[in-house]
Amino acid sequence: MAPGPAKPLGLRGGLLPLCAIAAAIALPFVLRAFGLDFYLSLASRIVVYAIAATSLNLVLGHAGLVSFGHAAFFGLGAYVTAIMISEGVQSGPLHLVATIAVTALAAFVIGAISLRTRGVYFIMITLAFAQMLFYLANSVKGYGGDEGLNIRARSLFSLGAYLLDLKNPLALYYVALAVLALALLALARFAPSRFGRAVLALRDDDVRAEALGFPTYRYKLVVFVVAGALGGIAGALSVNLQGYVSPNALHWTQSGTLMVMVILGGVATVWGGLAGAAALLLLQEVLASTTEHHEFWTGWVLLAVVLFARQGIVGLWTRRRASALP
Amino acid sequence: MAGVLVLEQSLNGLQFGLMLFLLAAGLTLVFGVMDMINLAHGSLYMVGAFLAAWLVALTGSFLLGVVGAVALTAVFGMALEAGLLRTLYARDHLSQVLATFALILILNDGVKMIFGNDLPLSAPAALAGPVELLPGLQYPAYRLLILAVGVALAVVLWLLVQKTRMGALVRAGASNREMATAMGTDIPRLFTIVFGIGAALCAVAGALLGPLLAVQVGMGENILILAFVVIVIGGIGSIRGALVGAILVGAIDTLGRTLLQHVLREFLPPQWASAAGPAIASIAVYVFMAIVLAIKPQGLFPART
Repeated sequence: MAPGPAKPLGLRGGLLPLCAIAAAIALPFVLRAFGLDFYLSLASRIVVYAIAATSLNLVLGHAGLVSFGHAAFFGLGAYVTAIMISEGVQSGPLHLVATIAVTALAAFVIGAISLRTRGVYFIMITLAFAQMLFYLANSVKGYGGDEGLNIRARSLFSLGAYLLDLKNPLALYYVALAVLALALLALARFAPSRFGRAVLALRDDDVRAEALGFPTYRYKLVVFVVAGALGGIAGALSVNLQGYVSPNALHWTQSGTLMVMVILGGVATVWGGLAGAAALLLLQEVLASTTEHHEFWTGWVLLAVVLFARQGIVGLWTRRRASALP
Repeated sequence: MAGVLVLEQSLNGLQFGLMLFLLAAGLTLVFGVMDMINLAHGSLYMVGAFLAAWLVALTGSFLLGVVGAVALTAVFGMALEAGLLRTLYARDHLSQVLATFALILILNDGVKMIFGNDLPLSAPAALAGPVELLPGLQYPAYRLLILAVGVALAVVLWLLVQKTRMGALVRAGASNREMATAMGTDIPRLFTIVFGIGAALCAVAGALLGPLLAVQVGMGENILILAFVVIVIGGIGSIRGALVGAILVGAIDTLGRTLLQHVLREFLPPQWASAAGPAIASIAVYVFMAIVLAIKPQGLFPART
């Protein structure tokens, strides 16, 4: 599944993204019309995980850095927000600033050390850092320890006279959707930019990119930090959605799940993170409603994807479009 | 009294290290020679433990149960390698991660379907009591058995890798797979056998640790990461490195967990010490790995030339 040579990664065919955005905006009303309000939280979960998976795709796909510790940022963002709320700070903007600051700093430190290694060692060292945070969260008894931290309130944003409370499921859904849309838009603009093409060049051959005069280490670090902060925002949204965070948000299986979403959706594509998050979570939901052993069947589906759909869901889509052309 | 505690915990650390080595031995060869990330290696440890618990209850004999579980897990491992994992060797790391992560889901839920969420497994009654090793040092007999088996298997494995033709071929593969293949080594066939041995060692570790830890679904996930840390510290592909790495990690983890609390209590309030001790101990292993990689990026005993 090695990503091929630099391909145009922009939002192609203009109409599809517009339809997707319209459908996403209309979704809560459609659900309500059919009395399926229950599924709004599933939709929000898909959007939140899509943000996290998209941020990982930036590192994993676009920069070609196989980070096995992305849960570190997701979990850290969730913990920062949960701890602030449990200490009585309810201001959403403050949560956002603190989440971005802490996760970007963490990504800077972890990236600065990890990016000195390559290949398998990069995989293992990013994993090691995430595990450190996992054990740290387990031991901090003041904030729930291994039992996790429940929060009663949620992030509050005041827009002039209007108060936006993320306790309202509809508000949370639209805020998450807006973040996802911004992230996808930024990713689509990033890929064809000078910086984006330089990152692609160093993914394909970083010795050559360095010889051409690109500061490869610094570029990788920037990508790593941006992805870490975006992953942190996803974590902050997830704690608002679930009202709960536990060390499991930092566990390596969480990093693995995010990786699975990216690979399932399509590595180094704009839509891969969203497609993968939606596919995996919907699959789990459908299987969970039909069988007690949904993980078993999820595993078989994933295995089939590895063996038969090497480019992921987005790859299937674009291949069909390509073969439809004369 | 302090000396006895240190000695006892050192033995515990050595024992845990040897069990880690059994897990890491197969992992490091698959990783080193086939360049394959096998996240499902911890699942073989779980499968081995469940089979042992089941067979021990069925036969009423601890020995028979463990031997049967080891044999069955070896066969299962070889079937897995020949049926699925082999097709992944040529794929990139991401595909291997996705496929073996899927395998974890399948095996976890599969084991749950067959055996339930956990199974009881206790040490044989004859070894339940303690043995007085030194005046004042009572040590559980069962843990001594684990130590003995661990040392014996480490010696056997060392002889196998260093003194036999198969071992020479495996070392050749770890050092340079293309060259070994060009010289006529049938690496795929060799690796089905190597994988079977690795699976058997996982089962030994799972069956022996079962009575001490718990035989439950998901038991492989945390120990898998420790096994990865071991092989990165030791040098990927090196059996000797896996042994040294495993004993170091076992010692750091065990001694850190128990002794650090006592040390910290000297200058911290007790509740802080009992909270910080285990946290620092769990993190210490990863810090140690980072330090080793900073000094020797290829691990302590690099296998690849």
